[in-house]
Amino acid sequence: MLSVAGIRTFYGQIEALKGVSIEVRQGEIVTLIGANGAGKSTLLMSICGNPQPRAGRIVFEGQDITRLSTHAIVRHGLAHAPEGRRIFPRMSVLENLQMGATVADPAHYADDLARVFKLFPILERRQQQRGGTLSGGEQQMLSIGRALMSRPRLLLLDEPSLGLAPLLVKQIFRTIAEINQREGVTVLLVEQNAFHALRLAHRGYVLVNGRIALAGTGAELLANREVRSAYLEGGHGAVPA
Amino acid sequence: MEYFLQQLINGLTLGGIYALIAIGYTMVYGIIGMINFAHGEVYMIGAFIAVIAFTALGLLGLTWVPLSLAIVLMLAIGFTAIYGWSIERVAYRPLRSAPRLAPLISAIGMSILLQNYVQVLQGAKIKTLPPMIEGGLTLMQVEGFSVRLSYLQIIILLLTVSLMAAFSVVIARTPLGRAQRACEQDRRMASLLGVDVDRTISLTFVMGAGLAAVAGVFVTLYYGVIDFFIGFLAGLKAFTAAVLGGIGSLAGAMLGGLLIGLIEAFWAGYFTVEYKDLAVFAILVIVLIFRPTGLLGQPEVEKV
Repeated sequence: MLSVAGIRTFYGQIEALKGVSIEVRQGEIVTLIGANGAGKSTLLMSICGNPQPRAGRIVFEGQDITRLSTHAIVRHGLAHAPEGRRIFPRMSVLENLQMGATVADPAHYADDLARVFKLFPILERRQQQRGGTLSGGEQQMLSIGRALMSRPRLLLLDEPSLGLAPLLVKQIFRTIAEINQREGVTVLLVEQNAFHALRLAHRGYVLVNGRIALAGTGAELLANREVRSAYLEGGHGAVPA
Repeated sequence: MEYFLQQLINGLTLGGIYALIAIGYTMVYGIIGMINFAHGEVYMIGAFIAVIAFTALGLLGLTWVPLSLAIVLMLAIGFTAIYGWSIERVAYRPLRSAPRLAPLISAIGMSILLQNYVQVLQGAKIKTLPPMIEGGLTLMQVEGFSVRLSYLQIIILLLTVSLMAAFSVVIARTPLGRAQRACEQDRRMASLLGVDVDRTISLTFVMGAGLAAVAGVFVTLYYGVIDFFIGFLAGLKAFTAAVLGGIGSLAGAMLGGLLIGLIEAFWAGYFTVEYKDLAVFAILVIVLIFRPTGLLGQPEVEKV
């Protein structure tokens, strides 16, 4: 479904991704784990063309999207709930969701809204409230809900658990599984909370300093000794369940 | 009282014109965080198109005012929209990721360029237009002083109010307005959701230019005299109006425009005409001391 082949992305002179290749197949949850600054968010943003990679190729559902601009890429059926949630603070919850439907067929709008409200009932109760006044957990739900409004076939999620209470983290991960299983949305998930992410994902990649260091199924990576010592035992974000 | 009422009518008319220009400043500031210093020139070009078009229509024998006014408004809006679009394309878009000072300087450059361009094409002499819409209503008559509301003032007030209302609805309710507000709050996120940010910014310039053109047509009709330099002071005052109301706020621009018009009219009516501009800018300074974000501007309060 998504194939990233040898992309190299720069911020000015600094090479953030040094030839990264990953594959995401239809129906999977794939997770990217790695330390701060390893290039996880950069990889998701590069897939969306902001910044565009200087070398390499990104193919989504058979179409080369490497050189397309961001707004054209998301029209192909992928949506991104980016790092930091980026809720429009001076828009209501409902308007934030409407923005999520920018590239969607207006005929689906009522269905999609009902679907998001079913997934996150709190958003329905808060729909007239300004986005900037929501709590962190609510903003995270809004961010995922907004991304779902465009009916994406591939959902990119960047650190959905960041800054949330453990109970909320569990809920968010359950919802991601639900979106994947019940709605058939393929998910590419970036997480620092490696334990949760690897348990949830079908497959995972470990990103170190802008390169893929390891790849495997979620269970394989969970059992891998290097992964355990670097990201699970005593490493940040490792929350025992 | 009669005198007061008359100044109120004059002030509201003038204020409506300033408000139309101020909306362009505030919207462009909102979306790209920059003052479009060439905006006053767009208004001036609108006024020139009005003079040329009214004269041409007169030569063609079209003298029925409602029709010629409609045609002139459409021509002015159409042409200035092209100017607004081109200004953004030439002077600002290439500098989108440059340091903030760069587009500011190119804005001033664009302003000087447009002034000189019109001066070269149209000459430096003032242009005049004979009164097209005469007559009016006498609202009151006390001891030889009559309060007059001219038909032209009625037209200006009605059109200004309906344009501002229509505009507010576009911004608050339509997908385009929502996209504009989204770009204003987080451009990168807007593009991630599929908003064509460049196109949205261009449309913002076009909309602002269209409103400035209407103001240009009104001023031509109201005063009957224009030259290539009128954009400077009108632009400065409309900018003041936008800042007074709270830059970035649509309602603020409208309120600020009306206030500036009223201050000017009352100062000129009760004190001295020579110092009316001084009064306007002094009030700006005073308001900003006590409310740095302007009357309706909001400091950004965001929960993290």
